[in-house]
Amino acid sequence: MVLKAFFPTCCASADSGLLVGRWVPEQNSAVILAVVHFPFIPIQVKKLLAQVQKASQVQVAVLGTWCHRQQEPEENMGHFLEGLGAIFSHDPWLQLCRERGTRFWSCKATYHQMSTNLGTPTEDQVMLIFYDQRKLLLSWLHPPAVLPGCQDGETTASTGGLADIFDTVARSEVLFQNDQFDEGPVRLSHWQSDGMEASILVELAKRASGPVCLLLASLLSLLSAASASWLWKLWPLSFIRSKLSTCEQLWHRLKHLSLIFSTEKAQNPMQLMRKANMLVSVLLDVALGLLLLSWLHSNNRIGQLANALVPVADRVAEELQHLLQWLMGAPAGLKMNRALDQVLGRFFLYHIHLWISYIHLMSPFIEHILWHVGLSACLGLTVALSILSDIIALLTFHIYCFYVYGARLYCLKIYGLSSLWRLFRGKKWNVLRQRVDSCSYDLDQLFIGTLLFTILIFLLPTTALYYLVFTLLRLLVITVQGLIHLLVDLINSLPLYSLGLRLCRPYRLAAGVKFRVLEQEAGRPLRLLMQINPLPYSHVVHTYRLPSSGCHPKHSWGSLCRKLFFGELIYPWRQREDKQD
Amino acid sequence: MEDEKSFSDICGGRVVLRRRYYSPYCREFGLSSARLSLRSLTAVTCAVWLAAYGLFTLCENSMILSAAIFITIIGLLGYLHFVKIDQETLLIIDSLGIQMTSSYASGKESTTFIEMDKVKDVIINEAIYMKVIYYLCILLKDPGKPHEISQVVPVFQSAKPRLDCLIEVYRSCQEILAHQKATSASP
Repeated sequence: MVLKAFFPTCCASADSGLLVGRWVPEQNSAVILAVVHFPFIPIQVKKLLAQVQKASQVQVAVLGTWCHRQQEPEENMGHFLEGLGAIFSHDPWLQLCRERGTRFWSCKATYHQMSTNLGTPTEDQVMLIFYDQRKLLLSWLHPPAVLPGCQDGETTASTGGLADIFDTVARSEVLFQNDQFDEGPVRLSHWQSDGMEASILVELAKRASGPVCLLLASLLSLLSAASASWLWKLWPLSFIRSKLSTCEQLWHRLKHLSLIFSTEKAQNPMQLMRKANMLVSVLLDVALGLLLLSWLHSNNRIGQLANALVPVADRVAEELQHLLQWLMGAPAGLKMNRALDQVLGRFFLYHIHLWISYIHLMSPFIEHILWHVGLSACLGLTVALSILSDIIALLTFHIYCFYVYGARLYCLKIYGLSSLWRLFRGKKWNVLRQRVDSCSYDLDQLFIGTLLFTILIFLLPTTALYYLVFTLLRLLVITVQGLIHLLVDLINSLPLYSLGLRLCRPYRLAAGVKFRVLEQEAGRPLRLLMQINPLPYSHVVHTYRLPSSGCHPKHSWGSLCRKLFFGELIYPWRQREDKQD
Repeated sequence: MEDEKSFSDICGGRVVLRRRYYSPYCREFGLSSARLSLRSLTAVTCAVWLAAYGLFTLCENSMILSAAIFITIIGLLGYLHFVKIDQETLLIIDSLGIQMTSSYASGKESTTFIEMDKVKDVIINEAIYMKVIYYLCILLKDPGKPHEISQVVPVFQSAKPRLDCLIEVYRSCQEILAHQKATSASP
């Protein structure tokens, strides 16, 4: 197999010296991490390598020599370098050489051990692969190779060639701590040899984050303890809490905040990204909420909104009344049962009348309520949207009630009809066996059954029509609420920090690598450039998506249609308790 | 070593195969299909604008014209950036892996690299799609289960060359794979 030498691009212009890195025998590749320059004492170099090996669990060793010829080729340098092969024995021994001013290199790899039988050292072909050390160090390979013994930091067998290379460079960070301004015994050349990179803001934030996190974590734990106390489990507070989506959203945000400000450090990059995503999501939420707040409270919009609310509610009630009048007549030319029609129509009209009186009772207080509720937008746009959704639910409460009445009536009718239809055919539903069995009925049972069946079937169109109309209205309200919840979900779960990272620093999130063949000369070894292939945006969203609060519809289209046909009540988001009025 | 040869694709269009042999164990095959023709572009633009003008004379709303211009520009940019593939390249490096690159008309390049551990074989498969067509594909295996095929990755999906072109590429790839298997068997 061809020997692959991974060479960092930062060392391509370094002075001559020793190559230090890790040898991976399974893939016949040498990952070069740094270059040790002359002059050096071999004992010091070996001591440094032993230290690095202990600290990072990576088997760094001297892999060969690097010769960057500045002037005319020196013969004694060549012999000196070959002599080094005897001091630091490594099999195979690499010899990379570059002439000043050319872009073409010469590489030689000699195997000593295998050739002890043959007597002469055997050589192998070398392929040079350049890589950017800093980018490889900072990037995370997706999907991350999860090894069973990885947490202990032991060197495990290679899972996949490239994951191994990434791993080697990432774990050798301790080797890159010495830069050229250190007064150590050994002078190294690597990506940080010009000086360690750091940012003052990041360091200050790291120092400040300790006490700030402690303070906020204690406050948040107090809040969560208060909200989880037994008071909330009492009725009617638990009832209200389960109905309002605002409470759900606030609880969700509280959980996020306690995770962000928890005092334990993130164990792996996934957790770190999750924390960062949550923080950015909360900040964006609050920023948008404050924007909404400033817009609402300017130009007396709250007053305008409050003044518009009561007429709108009146208008809705009026339209409903017209609808019921239309149903009580001959809707769409259909002929209804007069008596049942009048009963149902009057019942619903009275309900609307009650509702209107209730709204008019509330009208002086609406502006104050809206003003105070508008203040809650400073907690975040999601909270404001949840409150909007709850307000819509409260204002259309009468539609919900009508839907429940219509559905219950229709459901009763359908079940009655199906049971009496079975009686018609002489069958019965066996509850024990959960199947239909034949049954012999008495004459009077059959007579009454047939009578009831006829009555129910002639009343079916009326009930079905009322049910249809109110179900459509209810579905309309549910659609509007659903769209609002979708928007809230989007803000909650979109991983904005990951998307920003993918946009600005694409090498951090790596899906793989890509190779480019560099300029080639016949007879010289093949040179490749290895670059990081960033993760596509769809994969970023899919991998780092935050868990949402779980308000997805629980049934498929098929079961929904079935429930609608049989008149069973639909609970779109969570299990709501049946409202008995 | 570099050479170019002209073949035809399954629809009768012209594709150009460019072979580069960088070294005995590293080869690259690039297939370039025909570029976006000015004729088709003009035809589509004229059709869209005539339709928009027709709507404008009906509705007397000038927003339709600006919307048509906007849609044309956005549509063209989207087509060049996401749909029109100019060149597809297959780079095969012994003992490292196989890399497939697609370059779009807007300059975007999308690359996939498959390590040699995961490559089981490169084959020409035939498919029946109104007629019989041949395509080159890479069979992948799971390193833990070397005798099972885990995935089939088709190559040159946008250029769709005919069998004669595929045979050339197939022969070259098989040479390298045979060499790789021979050397990996004896470490």
